[in-house]
Amino acid sequence: MLSSSSNNILETIRMIEEENLDIRTITMGINLLDCADADIDKSCEKIYRKITKKAKNLVNVAKDIEGKYGIPIINQRITVTPISMLVSVSGGDPVKYAKALDKAAKDVGASFIGGYSALVQKGMTPGDEALIRSIPRALKETDLVCSSVNIGSTKAGINMDAVKLMGQIVRETAEMTKDNNCFGAAKLVVFCNAVEDNPFMAGGFHGVSEPDVVINTGVSGPGVVREAIRKAGKKASMDQIAEIIKKTAFKVTRMGQLVGAEAAERLGVPFGIVDLSLAPTPAVGDSVARILEEIGLETCGGPGTTACLAMLNDAVKKGGVMASGSVGGLSGAFIPVSEDAGMIAAAEKGILSLEKLEAMTCVCSVGLDMIIIPGDTSAETISAIIADEAAIGMINTKTTACRLIPAIGKKSGEKLVFGGLLGEGPIMPVKKTRADVMVNRGGRIPSPINALKN
Amino acid sequence: MRAVISVVGKDHPGILAYVATKCAEQNINIEDVTQKVLQGLFTMMMIVEVPEGLKIQEISSSFDQYGKEEGLDIHVMAEDIFNAMHTI
Repeated sequence: MLSSSSNNILETIRMIEEENLDIRTITMGINLLDCADADIDKSCEKIYRKITKKAKNLVNVAKDIEGKYGIPIINQRITVTPISMLVSVSGGDPVKYAKALDKAAKDVGASFIGGYSALVQKGMTPGDEALIRSIPRALKETDLVCSSVNIGSTKAGINMDAVKLMGQIVRETAEMTKDNNCFGAAKLVVFCNAVEDNPFMAGGFHGVSEPDVVINTGVSGPGVVREAIRKAGKKASMDQIAEIIKKTAFKVTRMGQLVGAEAAERLGVPFGIVDLSLAPTPAVGDSVARILEEIGLETCGGPGTTACLAMLNDAVKKGGVMASGSVGGLSGAFIPVSEDAGMIAAAEKGILSLEKLEAMTCVCSVGLDMIIIPGDTSAETISAIIADEAAIGMINTKTTACRLIPAIGKKSGEKLVFGGLLGEGPIMPVKKTRADVMVNRGGRIPSPINALKN
Repeated sequence: MRAVISVVGKDHPGILAYVATKCAEQNINIEDVTQKVLQGLFTMMMIVEVPEGLKIQEISSSFDQYGKEEGLDIHVMAEDIFNAMHTI
C-alpha cells in the first residue's frame, strides 16, 4: 500500500522542483580544545589534522544522501571551537589559525568554516583581543573562514569596549577587502546572545558545551511557505495563515530531521539539532519578503511588516518544534537584505529602511543581516548600530546580530554585487548624526533586571 | 530499499508498459501502482523495491533520461522522505 497518498508525493516533488525546498546546510561541529598547544605552529597542525580526519567524508555523505532522497543539499560546512581560546593558550599571530582552518576546509571540500570567533560579552582576555584585532587580515587572507564575535548577552549585559572595537573592525575588514566588494565584512557577524549550535554562516561556531563532534542541519524553504499561503487565497484569516505556516514548517523540519539523522549515523557522530530557518536566497521565489507580501503587504518594509514577520517567525517555530526532537540554532525567519530578492526590491524602492529593519529584528530570529551601508559611515556609527541591535537582543532574551557591510568608496543609492548566495544590494542610507561620545565611553551596559532569574 | 517512482506527462498509450519495462530491466520489483488521468495529464505513483546494490541516485538519473525520451517527467526518491514529511 502507498503509505503516502499521491497528492502528498506530488506535493513533496513540487516543493523541491518548483519552490526551492532544500537542505541549506549540513554542518559538522568540531571541538578543537584538545588541539591547543603552547606552540602555535603545532596547534595549527593539530587542528588541521583533526578537521581533515573528522570531516573527511562530510561532502561525500551529503552527496550520497542528496541522491538518495532527491533533495538538494546546498552546503556542507564546518564549525569549530572559538579560536580565541586556542590563541589564549598559544599566543602568536592568530591569522595562522585562520589559514589552517581555510586549508582544512578546502581540503575536505567544505563550503565554509566558521569559528574564527571570540565570546567577549563580559570582558576580553588577551587572546580574545588578539583574535578580534586580527579579523580584518584573517578574512582578507582566507576564502572560506567566517568570523563572529559575541559582544553581549542577557546574562552579562553588553561589553561596550568590545562594541567600540567591533565598529572599527567591521570598517577595517571592509577597507581591506574593498577591491573585492568589501566581501570580508560579509563573513563577519557581531552577536548578542549567540547560540552554540548554529549551523548557518557566517555566525556559526562550535560552542564549548557541545560534544566533541556533532552534526547539525539547517533547512530552508521560504518559497514553499509562500506558495502554501498563496493557495489559501486572500480571504483566509490571520490565524488560518498561521496554521498553514505551521503545517508547512512541520513538513520541512521533518525532512531536515531525516537527512540530519542519517548523515550523523553515516558519519558515526551524534546528531545535534535541526535549525529550521527560513533562509532566503537571491533566487526568484526564495524570499522571506515575498512571504510577507503574500500575507498582504504591498511592499515589505511598509506598515504591517513587523506584525506579519512576528506571526511568521512564531508559526515557523511552532511547526518545527513538533517535527523534531531537537530543534535548535536560530530557528525562525532570516531577513538578510542582499540575499533576498524581495528585500532588495523593497530597499531599492526606499520603502525598506534601516530603521524598519531594526524593528523587524525584534521579532525575527536574528538581526540586521547583510545590510550594505555607505562607505563613509564612521566606525563609531557602526558601533552605535551594533549597540542598538545588541540592546534589543539583551532585553528580549533573543539572539540578535549585525552583519553590516560598509561599501568603501561608495554612497547611498549605489550598489554592491557579491554574487552567489550572498546576492547584491543597494547601499542603504544611515542617519547622519553622531554617537561618538556614547560609543567612546566604553565600559559595560549592565545586564538587565530580567537576567536575575535564580 | 523501497522507493517511489512518480511519472507525470501528457497521456498516451503505453506509458505504464514503458516505465514497467525499465523497472524489469533493472530487476526493480513493482509493489503498488496508482494512476489517474486528469484533463489529459497522466499521473502515476509506483512503490517499488530496489534490489540491494543498486543506488537510488543511479536509478533516478537513468529514469530521468528514459522519461524525457517519451515526454515524461519521472522522479525516483527513497520512500522514507514521504513518510517523514506526511505522517506523524
